[in-house]
Amino acid sequence: MEATAENVYKVPTMADMAAAGEEPEILFWVGCAGSFDDRYKRVTIAFVRILNHVGIKFAVLGPEEACTGDPARRAGNEFLFQMQAMANIQVLNGYNVKKIVTACPHCFNTLKNEYPELGGEYEVVHHSQFLQGLINEGRVRVKDGESFKGRRITFHDSCYLGRANKIYEAPREVLAALDADLVEMKRSRTNGLCCGAGGAQYFKEPEPGNKDVNVERVQEAIGTGADTIAVACPFCMTMMSDGVKNQNREDAVKVYDISELIARGEGL
Amino acid sequence: MLIFSRYNSNRRMNYLQQVLFFIAVGVTAWYITRRVQLISRAIKLGRAENRTDHPDERLRTMLLVAFGQKKMFTNPLVGIMHFVIYLGFIIINIEILEIILDGILGTHRLFAPYITAVYPFLIGVFEILAAGVLIVCVGFLARRFIARVSRLQASRHRELRGWPVSDATIILVAEIILMIAFLTWNAADSALRDRGVGHYAEAPVGDFLISQYLKPLFAGFSNSALVAYERGAWWIHILGIMAFAVYVTYSKHLHIALGFPNVYFSDLQPKGEMQNMPEITKEVQLALGLPLTTGADGSQANDNGEQPVEATSGEIGRFGAKDVYDLKWINLMNAYSCTECGRCTAACPANITGKKLSPRKIMMDTRDRLEDIQRGWKEHGNDHKDDKSLLGDYITVEEINACTTCQACVTACPVNINPLDIILQLRRYRVMEEAQAPGSWNAMFSNIENNMAPWKFSPSDRFNWAEQVNEPVSTK
Repeated sequence: MEATAENVYKVPTMADMAAAGEEPEILFWVGCAGSFDDRYKRVTIAFVRILNHVGIKFAVLGPEEACTGDPARRAGNEFLFQMQAMANIQVLNGYNVKKIVTACPHCFNTLKNEYPELGGEYEVVHHSQFLQGLINEGRVRVKDGESFKGRRITFHDSCYLGRANKIYEAPREVLAALDADLVEMKRSRTNGLCCGAGGAQYFKEPEPGNKDVNVERVQEAIGTGADTIAVACPFCMTMMSDGVKNQNREDAVKVYDISELIARGEGL
Repeated sequence: MLIFSRYNSNRRMNYLQQVLFFIAVGVTAWYITRRVQLISRAIKLGRAENRTDHPDERLRTMLLVAFGQKKMFTNPLVGIMHFVIYLGFIIINIEILEIILDGILGTHRLFAPYITAVYPFLIGVFEILAAGVLIVCVGFLARRFIARVSRLQASRHRELRGWPVSDATIILVAEIILMIAFLTWNAADSALRDRGVGHYAEAPVGDFLISQYLKPLFAGFSNSALVAYERGAWWIHILGIMAFAVYVTYSKHLHIALGFPNVYFSDLQPKGEMQNMPEITKEVQLALGLPLTTGADGSQANDNGEQPVEATSGEIGRFGAKDVYDLKWINLMNAYSCTECGRCTAACPANITGKKLSPRKIMMDTRDRLEDIQRGWKEHGNDHKDDKSLLGDYITVEEINACTTCQACVTACPVNINPLDIILQLRRYRVMEEAQAPGSWNAMFSNIENNMAPWKFSPSDRFNWAEQVNEPVSTK
């Protein structure tokens, strides 16, 4: 992409960097949802704008990225998972990647906890931790854009961020920078209720029951009186958005990723 | 010894009691030993796995979670109630030592002459705890049958129907009876001392903290009736404890013993990490033409010291688990450590929304399977294998497929049981050995395989999003 006035945000790839003999500070692992899901592409873009804005030297794998294999592994297909993992590790190691940031807690968990045993050792951070760092360092001030004063935001914990990796405070501290009213659902942090998508549930119809998990969760979120449900996971994003639609509240209650809220607060 | 000189007229009676007591201890020890051997043999049916790594961290976890009961205090009131029973169990057992020695030696309050100064204080502490245990057990019965706490209701949870509800009730009622026996025994003993009856008067102690208020109950008793009650309560208490100890090995209540090792050997890795399968790593490396990082027989132990299936089972290994033999020994110890409290199930999103999955049932089924295998040993000899399996005959595919792997069950368990680990091993068997994934999962698999994403998009379009990075943000 050329650096014109219209093209202020750039997305360099690892291949570009390698061709120029450079190495990025950090690799942004976009993930499948971040690459293909229309709604979640907006999250990817918001995060890329923040990375541009603070001037971090980052890169993405672009077409060389492939599914981490998480849903295959959780569904029981260990062969497929390991095929994906090995191939990804070859690419990552080939580029000498040291540090990875990703917005997807499932990619995060797999890259961080499950790739090392297969030969992929990287420092992996979730974008909530990364954003928290930028805010703490004063590189993101959340002052120049949209004001969230008076808005009620409730944060929905992603299982693979929270219970799986004990990251509860980072996304909340990021949201605290918005100066909005943060309200907690009764089931939060270690007791947070799943959105219903994990363990490859996202990729099939639920088993017979009397309710969908995302509806149960959205009712709880709406019950807090929040106008915004903040999420930090692409699958939570879909499940919560569908739940809000199911409750016919999409005009009053919006679902956003924390990076979208920060980008808007920063005027990006 | 001074103690033995006390008996004259009652000597024959005492000998009889000593002999009976000896027999009772022997029978109890025999039953418990047999059960411990059977249970440990059942647990060893599982695959070997080294869980002695990081002893410091394991010890710390055990002190905090098992001894300190950290996770029980998620609900502080219930945490305190349970802690009272736990303390009562541990501390009153010090008194059991004296009772057992009294029973064997035919003595009465053996320790009293030696620790006269602190003896009433100690008994006072035991009595406070006994009263506490009694009150809490009544409270727990009330939670089950009056407050009807949802996770404890068989009407809501099918795995509790029948025996599990009776089991819980028997335990609570037994503890109440034992505590009543202990307190009224002390009271009868004090009353006998007040009346100067026989050797009771010789014990160098006075009234005890709580039982002194129970003495009026015995005002109308003749001396011989009072002695009979004292002996009766003593025997009920101690025989009750022995029977309880044997019963526990057949009951969900076994957590009082296995809870400690179960926590010690529990998972240390992050909850989100699924255990690797080194035997598959080898095959994948061969398929991709990569150098092998595991031994030619796939026998290299991983971080957790896990041994691949082939190395331990002595038969052709299968991928994932179909039966308890394919699970790890810790999964089976988990099953015997489960006290069916249902905190896992109460936190399970699938169960909350009416799906058949209940993590508690996964653990109870695993234990039932092991108990059925033991029954087979008893009936048909120790090499007997029946044609049932955990997946299919106990746990259904519908249950394991409903799991969101959210780890709420693992987090909720007060003794670090991991039902999720069993579910995931069963899924591996279902998908890799039986190739029986739900249709849309098969579609997802083939998308990942062919398109590098779980959806049917072309991999070459993967980076198209970048073209929109400078477009105005949609406010939709």
